[in-house]
Amino acid sequence: MSTVTIDKAGPTRKVKYGSMSRDRAWALRWSYFFLTLFAIFSLVPPIYMLITSLKSSAEISAATNPWWVFHPTLSNYIELLTSNQFLRFFWNSAWVSIIVVTITMLISVPAAFALSRMKFWGSATLATGVFLTYLVPDSLLFIPLFKMFAVIGDWTGIQLINKWYVLLFIYPTLTVPFCTWIMIGYFASIPKELDEAAIIDGASWFQTLTRIFIPVALPGLIAATIFAFTVSWAQYLYPLVFTTSTDQLVLPVGIITTLIKGDVFNWGQIMTGALLGAAPPLIIYAFLMDYYIAGLTAGATKG
Amino acid sequence: MADVTLRKVVKRYDDVEAVRGIDLDIADHEFVVLVGPSGCGKSTTLRMIAGLEDISDGDIMIGGDVVNDVPPKDRDIAMVFQNYALYPHMTVAENMSFGLRLKHYPKAEINARVTEAARMLDITDLINRKPKQLSGGQRQRVAMGRAIVRNPKVFLFDEPLSNLDAKLRVQMRIEIKKVHQKVRTTTVYVTHDQVEAMTLADRVVVMNHGRIEQIGTPNELYHKPATKFVASFIGSPAMNFVPCRLEDSAGKLHLRLTDRLAFPLPPARAARYNALPRTDKLLFGIRPEHMTEASPHAEPGVEPFDATLDVTEPMGMETLVYFTLEGTAVCGRVNPNAGAQDGGPLRMAVDLNNMHLLNEATGAVL
Repeated sequence: MSTVTIDKAGPTRKVKYGSMSRDRAWALRWSYFFLTLFAIFSLVPPIYMLITSLKSSAEISAATNPWWVFHPTLSNYIELLTSNQFLRFFWNSAWVSIIVVTITMLISVPAAFALSRMKFWGSATLATGVFLTYLVPDSLLFIPLFKMFAVIGDWTGIQLINKWYVLLFIYPTLTVPFCTWIMIGYFASIPKELDEAAIIDGASWFQTLTRIFIPVALPGLIAATIFAFTVSWAQYLYPLVFTTSTDQLVLPVGIITTLIKGDVFNWGQIMTGALLGAAPPLIIYAFLMDYYIAGLTAGATKG
Repeated sequence: MADVTLRKVVKRYDDVEAVRGIDLDIADHEFVVLVGPSGCGKSTTLRMIAGLEDISDGDIMIGGDVVNDVPPKDRDIAMVFQNYALYPHMTVAENMSFGLRLKHYPKAEINARVTEAARMLDITDLINRKPKQLSGGQRQRVAMGRAIVRNPKVFLFDEPLSNLDAKLRVQMRIEIKKVHQKVRTTTVYVTHDQVEAMTLADRVVVMNHGRIEQIGTPNELYHKPATKFVASFIGSPAMNFVPCRLEDSAGKLHLRLTDRLAFPLPPARAARYNALPRTDKLLFGIRPEHMTEASPHAEPGVEPFDATLDVTEPMGMETLVYFTLEGTAVCGRVNPNAGAQDGGPLRMAVDLNNMHLLNEATGAVL
């Protein structure tokens, strides 16, 4: 019966509006067109960085074709990777990012669980409040935060400013609200019966969180982790303000402050440093993205 | 295993009373079904027994102990949810053993119980699959398995078959009944489907507007409903209700439906209704199977009348006929060979031995 109807409807439709597959083909063509355009647009800077990083200072300053390397050299890489200073920046960045991600997850996952599942007085307001915190621009927060740490230093004698670990206190003010918000969304998508089943099975709140919610919301957890890592790895304004001594700097600030000497720009090394700095997030994306996407498509909690 | 008792249980949400003082005694090994339309408080009642909802007033006892403030995990109950609520990241075996593992049962014991439950539910082959690789019916079996392995005092089912298609629902209904015959655990089962209630229950609790309308065996509810709500809710097609009054004529008590149509009541019914005031506004309640084609032999208490059919529905073993009885649409069940036709006339007969008489204002069955 149904096939007959489709056969009848098919030709008339084709004449008037074109078939579904033709519509789809055009949609695909257009999306490839724009995706290619977008890919070129976003790939030009890193390619330019790569090309420049393989040039010597002499070749960079000579007015040759900027898109081609005539005398490729790895000297920029060798110099940077053997410089203690650069490795110091790198490790500072790594430590800050890893610890911040850990702190963020330890705070925002339980917070999101509480806000999405334990109905207590003011929980809804608190959840909105968490999100509103995120809407305050970072560039407005650094002055009061700086003042706060200065005052704390005056009162307690604990001097945190100009220490790399001051960033461990500051970055979570950016990452925790957003990650909590992401996790609230993921946890809210878990059917309520699932935690009720766990509670009846004898799980405590903590066990429900660790054995049911975290595994089920793993894609969300990974998304939040990637976000927190990227924010702390790429942050520029805060470390610029809060750290000044060379041995306390993180990578983005370190590259700029040490490789630009007065009006002399060491472009080759700046580009090399930037490329090397971009590597860790790239590697993390590459590894976690598989889990992330797999988790998203598998998310079979219902049906 | 244990009995479950509810004493004046009330649930209030802000100023709305979802459950308004329920008294219910469920015996050990009993299969009780709570049935009613959506919003009648049946699920809330079940969730209060489970401990997932606080009770606003009254007492709930499981095995003689008041459990009002006992958390769900300490009530020794197991619950099966409408959407199965399987843990998506665990295999079937892990899903079933989760509760036992939390309680640190020895591995051998856990394995034995899971194997036994899987065998009982015929899901042994699926034991290492994840929930997303299972069909709806298989998921529901796993959910039941998760309840069975715990060997709890009480099973709670919250509309467990509502997400299944009609055919599978009938099949799973039988499975649930079989499981109960084997394990004999006290069971409270919530459904909005009266057929499910009738087929599964030892006793059915009909709820409406947060109150219990009637408690009884399926047959009691069907044949002796206490209220109009129960009479109309149980049975499909539903009972017909026609406005009527009582009348004495020629020394016999008559049931007068209209000026033109009145039936003499059989002696047993006449004796039962004789004391009622003749002025009361009443409803004549009759099930479709008691309005059938007239037979050539007169039977006591079966009164014939002429009807013009509006619509007929041949069901195979019977034909449903719809017609108006003096302004009220009613349904009858006739033999497929009775010659019922859309728009055609049919000599019908009403079996007054199986009639009900209701007070129109209160809805009470008299």
